[in-house]
Amino acid sequence: MAKQKLKQHHINRDWCKGCGICVHFCPKKVLELDEEDKAVAARPEDCIACKLCELRCPDLAIEIETERSE
Amino acid sequence: MAIRDFLRERFFPHMWCPGCGHGIVLNNMLRAIQTLGMSKNEIAMVSGIGCSSRISGYVDFHTLHTIHGRALAFATGLKMSMPELNVIVPMGDGDALSIGGNHFIHACRRNIAMTALVMNNRIYGMTGGQFSPLSGYGTLATTAPYTNIDHGFDVVDLAISAGATFVARTTTYHAKQMADIIREAIIHDGFSVVEIMTQCPTYFGRKNKLGDASNMMEWMKDITTPVGSKAKEENPDLIERGIFVQKELPEYCSEYNKVIERAMKGRS
Amino acid sequence: MNNQVKFVQGNEACAEGALYAGLDFFAGYPITPSTEIAERMSIQLPKIGGKYLQMEDEIASLAAIIGASLTGHKVMTATSGPGFSLMQEALGFAVMAEIPCVIVNVQRGGPSTGNPTHVSQGDVNQARWGTHGDHAIVALTASNHQDVFRVTVEAFNIAETYRTPVVLLFDEVVGHMREKLTIPEPGEIPLVERLKTSVRGGVDYHPYLPREDGRLPMSDFGGVHRYNVTGLFHDMWGFPTDNPKIVQGLLRHLVDKIENNSHKIAMYKEYYMEDARRILISYGSAARSALHVVENRRSRGERLGLLELQTLWPFPYNVVKERCSGARSVTVVEMNKGQIADQVKAAVDDPGKVFLANRVDGVLITPTDIRNFLRVIQGRGI
Repeated sequence: MAKQKLKQHHINRDWCKGCGICVHFCPKKVLELDEEDKAVAARPEDCIACKLCELRCPDLAIEIETERSE
Repeated sequence: MAIRDFLRERFFPHMWCPGCGHGIVLNNMLRAIQTLGMSKNEIAMVSGIGCSSRISGYVDFHTLHTIHGRALAFATGLKMSMPELNVIVPMGDGDALSIGGNHFIHACRRNIAMTALVMNNRIYGMTGGQFSPLSGYGTLATTAPYTNIDHGFDVVDLAISAGATFVARTTTYHAKQMADIIREAIIHDGFSVVEIMTQCPTYFGRKNKLGDASNMMEWMKDITTPVGSKAKEENPDLIERGIFVQKELPEYCSEYNKVIERAMKGRS
Repeated sequence: MNNQVKFVQGNEACAEGALYAGLDFFAGYPITPSTEIAERMSIQLPKIGGKYLQMEDEIASLAAIIGASLTGHKVMTATSGPGFSLMQEALGFAVMAEIPCVIVNVQRGGPSTGNPTHVSQGDVNQARWGTHGDHAIVALTASNHQDVFRVTVEAFNIAETYRTPVVLLFDEVVGHMREKLTIPEPGEIPLVERLKTSVRGGVDYHPYLPREDGRLPMSDFGGVHRYNVTGLFHDMWGFPTDNPKIVQGLLRHLVDKIENNSHKIAMYKEYYMEDARRILISYGSAARSALHVVENRRSRGERLGLLELQTLWPFPYNVVKERCSGARSVTVVEMNKGQIADQVKAAVDDPGKVFLANRVDGVLITPTDIRNFLRVIQGRGI
């Protein structure tokens, strides 16, 4: 069955206010806040493309680009 | 259409505090709208005053940012005069149920096809953290320094009693459910009320020592349970979330069309 | 076809005038002595495919018609003192957001619940300054049913021309009294329709950028232009701003578009004014008694004239100043504590010659009352 897998995290640094919600709820601990308190994908290889960070981002700053994988 | 296409991006980053749940509501409201395939010209958003009401400025629909508490009354006139518009009315808990409480119950009673989103963060945020009619007994606020003695409303019970034909509750933690419920609410042909429990980390969270935004969302996960779940029987203090009422009753604009028919027939 | 002649209450004359002007949306809440307007609307509007909405209170009523105006409809609400008090915040919103709408206040005695079934003209200054903040307002009145009809039509024309709320300040006597009304033929009174933008979809539309003539072409909600409407100070797209330059510019626009056109908005009637040495200034039902006195005195050769005001706000200072310049005395006949008399004093060269002939007990001021005031003013005693 076709599944979605991560292609890329798009994080809009201008919009991100560094609340940490995405970091807190990421089930695979992919995200971190950097020294400027902006969300970054520190371990993208662990991402399962569940998109919980995108849905819960109060700043509408995260977009998870996915691609199909067989 | 991507949800960014619904935004007025030039006003971003938005004015809400870091971690404010209102952004999550905006996020998932747009996801709900995205699935409906409506044109932006078919949607009007009417809001009142408060942090929540600023949501209308950020969306690329027909937007009417009115006065405190009266959004539903403005929206009722707008909808009646152009029933083909999809009207969404986001309100805060104070806006909807304190100053706007009367308009709220009467909009429920009329069953006019609009979607009321009550973004309940249990506090007056824009004015700096005073208790609201949803803060609840025993909470702390800048105007309840010795703990609040006011009891809160149950938004869902109130909406059901007042006659709303779609009534639901969700939280910012349950973002996926929120989008699904808002979608159902928008397509419902009658008055829809969706209470969205949302966090104000800046005032409600800080005053009541609930931690940061993430902690508050965890807390909303812990204190809620799906409608009709076993957990509620075991722990009556849990707050139910989900769709409580979804029923068909004559819609107000359609009913008024019947009035027009009767009046025109009566004319010699 | 002959003009239709009716025997109606003033409230019905107002409703008929509104329908003639093209009203098709009304929202209201029952209150004495204005209720007949709502009743009339609930009967007539659905017959023409219009909408009558009974809201939960007066705040909601004005809010609802503002919403309906935005979709391109001509709208009205009707109330009396307590309801008009409740409407003040939304009235300010309509001023700020430049929403055409008509608000009828059939005045009764106040303050508070006051004297609900009795006449008063005590809300003149409330119409001017009831809502907070600097602003301009238009308020019209009339003393008979033909004029009630006429100024109601004009209220809609002014609302559309200047994109502003217009207040119709009638009173209980005019509202409830029955007399003849001749409905003009369609086209007999010119109507101003909503000025719509010619900017096409996809082209940047500025809902709050006035044209050179000061008018703002509108785009209906639901149309091709999506914009923001707010009670906050806003830029030319309708988005909130606190930029001092824009704030001052908008406030100036809101005031100037009315005040600079006060000569066009000024409606009044003159009776025996050409050679009048003493002048009565009156309006509404009080002007009926004033006219009676003037006609009576004229028949005895006394050079008394009446200036009947129909536009109360913006106050026609220039008209009053000019007409009263040669008068020995100016007596303002009104049913309040001198709300228009104060404006007349501000208008004339010599405020010392301005007197107030009033009654504030809920009873219509009579010709005898006015004659007695005139005798006192002239130093003759009652």
